[in-house]
Amino acid sequence: MPDALLEVRGLTKRFGGVVATDHVSLEVADGETLAVIGPNGAGKTTLIGQLAGEIPPDAGTIRLAGRDLARLGVHARSHLGLARSFQITSVFREFTALDNVALAVQAHGGHSFRFWRPARVDPALRGPAAAILESIGLADRGDVPAGSLAHGEQRQLEIAMALATRPRVLLLDEPVAGMGLEESHRMVGFLRTLKGRQSMLLVEHDMDAVFALADRIAVMVYGRVIATGSPAEVRLNAEVRRAYLGEDRLA
Amino acid sequence: MTAYLVLEQCLNGLQLGVMLFLMAAGLTLVFGIMNLVNLAHGSLYMVGAYLATSLFQWTGSFLLAALLAVPATLLVGMAVEIVALRTLYERDHLDQVLATFGLILFFNELVAIVWGRSALYTSVPVALAGHVEIVPGAPYPAYRALIIAIGLVVALLLYLLVSRTRVGMLIRAGASNRTMASALGVNIRLLCTLVFGLGAALAGLAGLLAGPLYTVQPGMGDQILIQVFVVIVIGGIGSIRGALVGAVVVGTVDTLGRAFLRPMLSTVLSPSAADSAGPALASMLIYVLMATVLFFRPQGLFPARTG
Amino acid sequence: MRRPLAGAGQDTSPLAGRRAVGVQVGVRGLVLTVGLAGLALVPPIAAWVGEPFYVDLFRRVLIFALAAVSLDFILGYGGMVSFGHAAYLGVGAYVVGILALHGVQSGFVQWPAAMLVSLLVALAIGAVSLRTSGVYFIMITLAFAQMLYYLGISIEEYGGDDGMRLVARSRFAGPIDLDDPSVFYYVVLGILVLALALGRRLLNSRFGMVVRAARSNERRTEAIGFPTFRYKLTAFALAGALCGLAGALLANQTEYLTPGFTHWTRSGEIMFMVILGGMGTLVGPVLGALVLLLLEDVLSGYTEHWQIVLGPFLVLIVLFAKRGLLGLLPEGRRGDA
Repeated sequence: MPDALLEVRGLTKRFGGVVATDHVSLEVADGETLAVIGPNGAGKTTLIGQLAGEIPPDAGTIRLAGRDLARLGVHARSHLGLARSFQITSVFREFTALDNVALAVQAHGGHSFRFWRPARVDPALRGPAAAILESIGLADRGDVPAGSLAHGEQRQLEIAMALATRPRVLLLDEPVAGMGLEESHRMVGFLRTLKGRQSMLLVEHDMDAVFALADRIAVMVYGRVIATGSPAEVRLNAEVRRAYLGEDRLA
Repeated sequence: MTAYLVLEQCLNGLQLGVMLFLMAAGLTLVFGIMNLVNLAHGSLYMVGAYLATSLFQWTGSFLLAALLAVPATLLVGMAVEIVALRTLYERDHLDQVLATFGLILFFNELVAIVWGRSALYTSVPVALAGHVEIVPGAPYPAYRALIIAIGLVVALLLYLLVSRTRVGMLIRAGASNRTMASALGVNIRLLCTLVFGLGAALAGLAGLLAGPLYTVQPGMGDQILIQVFVVIVIGGIGSIRGALVGAVVVGTVDTLGRAFLRPMLSTVLSPSAADSAGPALASMLIYVLMATVLFFRPQGLFPARTG
Repeated sequence: MRRPLAGAGQDTSPLAGRRAVGVQVGVRGLVLTVGLAGLALVPPIAAWVGEPFYVDLFRRVLIFALAAVSLDFILGYGGMVSFGHAAYLGVGAYVVGILALHGVQSGFVQWPAAMLVSLLVALAIGAVSLRTSGVYFIMITLAFAQMLYYLGISIEEYGGDDGMRLVARSRFAGPIDLDDPSVFYYVVLGILVLALALGRRLLNSRFGMVVRAARSNERRTEAIGFPTFRYKLTAFALAGALCGLAGALLANQTEYLTPGFTHWTRSGEIMFMVILGGMGTLVGPVLGALVLLLLEDVLSGYTEHWQIVLGPFLVLIVLFAKRGLLGLLPEGRRGDA
């Protein structure tokens, strides 16, 4: 594959005796959506943690557009173009939805050692923030405190904040977790509009979402990637079927 | 600066360290298991000191005072836990800090009402007023030697308790990962009351021992509390071993610093400069030490917490 | 946009409003205006009833209010539980005292110097302390403040344990003569009002939003790309500088400085004022200082053991009235500091 946008090689992480990430290698090409699936405990969230910079790996490399991310902190990676949404919703509950997204815009609009002008009415922040909220369907909820939003709306806000940082690669940790059927369809629908333009690495359990969005799928079991390929290839892979024994979603 | 002097100060440092350990052991466990910042721990030390001193003056027997004061402090501690602290376990640290600060104000004033504001003086019991020779040819105050001995015995007993008994295992589990321990069926509430009581008793013991050496006055707990915090920060929260190591290190550094920094400085500075810089730097020494440790290991030397 | 109406899916639990930052218009604005007007009238009223002591008392209130406001920046808005904030009271006071002792008596030099030194000390303490969090942070800030206390005690030239007298009050130009009680009072009041106004501005600026976001959810703040450490450190330092100014004022007020200014129990009192009045509101700490110090004044008239009431009072406030006095008033516009 030509130089992938996000390239992970031999990533390894141990916690005491447990190998959470076992020499994981994968790639996300520019414009591609890679889904990482696997049973619970496969180490998917630990993987995201290492990609985002929260967990230092024991071995292996992570490259974004050729640049090695080792030793770069979470905020530095954000500035290089890696954005993340959290599995358990993590927003600014006291601030309005618009403020939440505006903060993400602000983080990438130069330094914030500006002490005088009010930020909440700054059109340079509000404009882009409102546009993103509009695109994700939260336009009329802009002035609601994030803590008061419905669960599904909060998940949308998560994505909105990640997008506001204009990432090159979007790391999505179970974006439709805890969402009802209709809500998750809407979310998947929205993510589909990003497909092709926005490179994404998607960790998900919901197979409908995975098959609707993924160009390629990587299957993780016990910290190892046991198969990578197109959805059709992965479906037919014997090892994958064994890992999912009893799970008829792949059938 | 003779060898004897250095030895004496080292022993004094060990003695201070041992007293700090008695205070730190209980406090660090309560921090570790229940995530409770308890500023009022120093007040228990103060209560212990006052009770012991009064009993000693009243009965004339140091032993009797000890046998009564330590359990009495334990009871006071458990009363405080039941009345005031139980509700704080679920609160955030700011609430805990403020509420226990309120308890400090209360106890300081209570003690002042009962015993007055001026310091209580008590002397070392006659039986312990002499000297012993820990190192042959070097006499050392018997009372201080006793404190060192008691402290080491307590450290040993605590070590045995924590590592060899079932209760100790529960304590370690709770300190390491409270949620998990609770999920596994450990009665964290009861465990914490026990640990708190133990800590109160140790604080009372420290107070008892401190009476003849340090000034017994309202607010005495506040001063030692800060040093105990430094010990716990350096040693790591939730760890008895960390408390011991931290306590000995802090006690020794502080004592040696106060004793020798000025003379050492006067070899390179003028006497008057050394006279002012010496004590100033000596008093800052343990905090500089704390900052240094934290710079390299923000969790302290032997943190117990994993979850 | 007014408060959302209750309805399906809406969260109208107390949690939604619990941390909502204060308000401008509405009831709180009214309280502020009335309060400031009342405070402005203290000197004439005191003269009218023939009790000049009140000017002194309220001036002391205002000085501690300033210290409490400075703490609210980092505590109420920044989420940094600094239990060593009184350190800067001492630093500011001693800068003024030491300069005065050595012949520098101009307030134009002393007060900025007090603020600058406090800023630097706060930078140093913050640089180490902010690498930790939670319980460790509380204990470290406490320990550092106590370190300064012991430092103050051991420096004999400047009085050591006994402290030192202020040679003369800070000198300014023209009509600003601090030896005139009313003039001094209005200087302090003016500084407090300025601090409140600038503080509000700061908290609503880009900088302020980052600091507030870090309190709300630090992990998220880092994830969207803010290096939170440098912003928190800056806030910490600025708060220290403001408290240093309060220290300079305190030195002038009491005309005597002791290391006791930095004692950690003093930090506890200031924190008590912030909580009592309402944390995270800027105005609350002023109210808290007023209530607490007036209460102390009244109680100490009855008994010298008034602290035995104060202690449990604090415990009760923490347990049952966490949002403080301002928390008893209705909410206003969300989002603004």
